[in-house]
Amino acid sequence: MATDPFPNMDSPQSRLLSSLHRFASVWGTVVIDGVSTVGDISIFGWQMVLWMFRAKPKRETLMPNFYAVGVLSLPVVALTGTFIGMVLAIQSYHQFKNIGMETFLGAVINMSLVRELGPVLAATMLAGRVGSAMAAVLGTMRVTEQIDALISMGANPIHYLVVPRFLACVLLIPALTIMADFMGIVGGYFYSVIVFGIDHAQYLRNSREFVGSFDLFTGVFKSIFFGATIAVVSCYRGFHCQAGAEGVGRAATAAFVQSFVMILLLDIVLNIFLDAVYFAIWPTGAKLF
Amino acid sequence: MQESILDQITSTALPHGKRPILETRSMSLQFGRQVILKDISVKVNKGETIAIIGESGCGKTMFLKALVGLLSPTSGSVVFDGHDIQKLDDQEMTNLRKRFGFVFQNAALFDSMTISQNIAFPLRQHGVPKGKTAQNLISERLAEVGLPSNVLPKRPSQLSGGMRKRVGLARALILEPDLLLYDEPTTGLDPIMSDVINELMMRTRKRYPVTSIIVTHDMHSARKVADRIIMLYPYTRLEHGESQILFDGPPSALESTKDRRVSQFVKGEAGERLMEMLASRSKGPADTFGRVDPNHDDGMDEE
Repeated sequence: MATDPFPNMDSPQSRLLSSLHRFASVWGTVVIDGVSTVGDISIFGWQMVLWMFRAKPKRETLMPNFYAVGVLSLPVVALTGTFIGMVLAIQSYHQFKNIGMETFLGAVINMSLVRELGPVLAATMLAGRVGSAMAAVLGTMRVTEQIDALISMGANPIHYLVVPRFLACVLLIPALTIMADFMGIVGGYFYSVIVFGIDHAQYLRNSREFVGSFDLFTGVFKSIFFGATIAVVSCYRGFHCQAGAEGVGRAATAAFVQSFVMILLLDIVLNIFLDAVYFAIWPTGAKLF
Repeated sequence: MQESILDQITSTALPHGKRPILETRSMSLQFGRQVILKDISVKVNKGETIAIIGESGCGKTMFLKALVGLLSPTSGSVVFDGHDIQKLDDQEMTNLRKRFGFVFQNAALFDSMTISQNIAFPLRQHGVPKGKTAQNLISERLAEVGLPSNVLPKRPSQLSGGMRKRVGLARALILEPDLLLYDEPTTGLDPIMSDVINELMMRTRKRYPVTSIIVTHDMHSARKVADRIIMLYPYTRLEHGESQILFDGPPSALESTKDRRVSQFVKGEAGERLMEMLASRSKGPADTFGRVDPNHDDGMDEE
């Protein structure tokens, strides 16, 4: 709380000064907290990178995390991917039909999926399903002194708890992204061709001509950064969890919200970068018609 | 390289009583502006059993954690067997931790592991001592703490509080440490189970040449188990220039102490404390009852 430096002065000038002081104090605190959190997360991430190379992670810590990220997340990613593909078809069909170009629907749906929606959707599901669970588990371990117990028995908690989670997220999110892409393409195809009756040969040909390997690479490449962000932010939130059930709940929520914001922020930055790369290789760009 | 550091650390142990095995030199600990410990200097001789007593919030758990490097002192140092633990690198500290056993307040068993995996954890980190097998060591320790072998495949959530504490003790003992630290070992247990834990601590001391430090506010336990008692007092309640250690001596000397704060604590008398609390409430939030450590009861508000 800001203390009032002008307690006994009630002239308009001193009141103005007092409120300016409070304003500066409150916003100063917000900025300092924000900067120190970003600094803390960066240091945390750096320590994790160091530990990744300093000692090989143990198989028994890797496998449960690979299973939670890769296997248990697959159904929900596949399901939401399918729905998104269908929704894209439903939303775009009438506009394209009005201008007589419904056969190009596949190109638009599939391009949106592989470049943008597949990776972002897979990352969002991962942040919600795995990221918040990581924060809750590590937060509970912090609160119940299990992290202290690890240290006291000579294990480094970053090496033991964070590195396996990071590797699971980074190595397996590309697979989840490809799954979301594939199921989205299947869902879009199903609704466009089977329900709306678009000619399937033209639908596929237009998709194939418009969506290239670079587009698929774009999505998968971005997803690796999303996975890394989810792991670092969620583990950091868990490690810095406050006491009690409320603290654990807050850590889990903060892990998801902050991961999601970071995913979208990174998405913008990476898209700008990847677009620059794309136009450096293919200056004319891809054309729908 | 690892071997040589380990040899160096283990070879410096001196004969019993020659030199304190553990020493804090003007150790202070603070979080932000909140002073928890100020200039604490304590020497612990090899084989001693010390009980650290004091009211909630006095920093006794912080003191315990600072001894094994779980918290870093803001100033001063902790010297274990001739090694200033803040000056050790990661590898040396890891090797030194083989010689510590820490029994946490709520056992701090790993939920994701079975009891067997929990007890074997230090063996997985540091390796099984020569001439022994992990299975034999686990069985021996389990028998020592009086638990049946059918608990081994169970998860910590399937055990009672007393059983979990005993598993915590078995885990801390598995590598036969030189220094055993107990954080409120009898808190939250029924009187019989509390005494079982007391007996186990005494038996452990008889069986191994271990130095023990017990943080507790259970006076029955402190009197029964310890051969020296240190009482810490919350820094914020001290008069200017007073030491935070109000009492340091054998349990028998507790009765003859002239310090009213010590006798009040030993007898469990509230005295004028309630009136102080009510007065401090009417004045607004007082730093006397300030938050110390968000992760531990010992540092939480008293109310």
